[in-house]
Amino acid sequence: MSGELVELTATAAAERVRVGELDPRELFEAYRERAAADHLNAFTWVADATPATVASDGPLGGVPVAVKDLFCTRGVPSQAGSRILEGYRPPYTATVVAKLARAGAPLLGKTNQDEFAMGSSNENSGFGPVLNPWDRGRVPGGSSGGSAAAVAAGLAPWAIGTDTGGSIRQPAALCGIVGLKPTYGACSRYGMIAFASSLDQAGPLTRDVTDAALLLRHMVGHDPCDATSVEFPGEIATPRAEHLRGIRLGVPEELTTAGAGVEPGVRDSFEATLALAEALGAVVEPCRLPHAPHALSAYYLIAPAEASANLARFDGVRYGLRVDGDADLISMYSRTRAAGFGAEVKRRIMLGTYALSSGYYDAYYGTAQKVRTKISEDFKAAFERFDFIVTPTSPWTAFELGAKADDPLAMYLNDFCTVPMPLAGIPAISIPSGLAGGLPVGLQLTGPAFSESRLLDTAYALERAIGFDGRPARR
Amino acid sequence: MLDRDQVLHVARLARLELTNDEVERLAAELSKVLDHIEKISELDLSGVPATSHVLDVVGALRADEPMPCLSPEAALASAPEPLEGGFGVPSPAT
Repeated sequence: MSGELVELTATAAAERVRVGELDPRELFEAYRERAAADHLNAFTWVADATPATVASDGPLGGVPVAVKDLFCTRGVPSQAGSRILEGYRPPYTATVVAKLARAGAPLLGKTNQDEFAMGSSNENSGFGPVLNPWDRGRVPGGSSGGSAAAVAAGLAPWAIGTDTGGSIRQPAALCGIVGLKPTYGACSRYGMIAFASSLDQAGPLTRDVTDAALLLRHMVGHDPCDATSVEFPGEIATPRAEHLRGIRLGVPEELTTAGAGVEPGVRDSFEATLALAEALGAVVEPCRLPHAPHALSAYYLIAPAEASANLARFDGVRYGLRVDGDADLISMYSRTRAAGFGAEVKRRIMLGTYALSSGYYDAYYGTAQKVRTKISEDFKAAFERFDFIVTPTSPWTAFELGAKADDPLAMYLNDFCTVPMPLAGIPAISIPSGLAGGLPVGLQLTGPAFSESRLLDTAYALERAIGFDGRPARR
Repeated sequence: MLDRDQVLHVARLARLELTNDEVERLAAELSKVLDHIEKISELDLSGVPATSHVLDVVGALRADEPMPCLSPEAALASAPEPLEGGFGVPSPAT
């Protein structure tokens, strides 16, 4: 029974529950058993029992959801992948998690991640790396690697993660699933342990595009607890497009060629998908995003700068680890942070503190914010001619564990195709476009702010035409 | 290029105690990353406004109305050193 249930998409499972053909407790228990037997290190916590009652009348049908560790969940460990928060059980729950629970998606477990969402391979977790279900010698991507691996392996029906520079889309691509980063402000950030506040957004990681639309519909909305959240215009629609006639897709040279580091196998899959899009009626033409190659530099100034401020709160006073110093306050701070943070987090705090320090602020942070303006202008100009921009999600497929661990710059280049969008605050979705060397390749579609429904519709038509088979990862 | 003294200065600002090995390693790693990042200084950005926030959100303050909040017990439950209804810390000065 469990094997059959796991082949249902979340939408199909919710529908079966709704018509009374499936007991939501049976569904919860089937996934709870799979998650508890996790062999990928995808979970940092799994519900220890199936709830006595699982409400089945909500729109999410009682289908349980896996939640990235950095979302605060009341009374449940919420450690953001960091030893400095080991065992931390918050006194409140993040807004998006509470919204999903109210809509009928109970908490299945918390998923492993790069520490404080800083990483593209999940090797930076304080709780060990996550393995890719397509090849356990390879990384799942990051930072929402646990969420991506859990969904791909059928350990969870669906999951949520966060994306700052690609942390939903890149692991979705490397694990062969769908991941969507919404427009900045679409989802409340209340209760998300912050990395870079002007970039962070929550979003769905799902088996298909229809599941992504359903989950996202119940995540969006203004929250009085997050002043940067906005009321989403309209409802996220169920995707139904069967063709792409009238859709114009722009292909930016800057993010799609060998110059962007795109591997031949990824490029082949990308070009095959463009041919499918044309066969579905789309117009596919080259476009320009002249400042996109500078997005990575701007991102690696802005995100660490904001992180250096956000992570100042981890000081051994209110929660988490404390390491005593030489009886004074400053040495307690410095030793607590030295002991609690991992190498990548220290690196980014140092980079961000340097970029904000006296004498360097204008040259680094100030310049990066101007580049951010130019990147937004590039997208605006492109969207006057095109409905969506298409690129590979990641320049390469899943790489071997440890392959880039000693070279921070090589690791940062993972994000080359995914950082321009959060800098402009616009939505983007990654869908599986096929395999290269037996490993999943992701296609990224980017649209203007609040274009999620049209973006999902276009992704849906492509998904049907591609016909990706994710079953090998669920064995 | 970042030298050893600059790394130690930034680490003091960031309240991070570093080992000698970490100081050496961070000087090399951050220098390499900054070399790459500094390519943006080649761009002509004169007259370009800075973007600090991507949405046009104004007047985002909520109404100033009393709401339930955490009890002192809940707020202190995770503290390493709860002390007389507050957070205990070592003396700021030694």
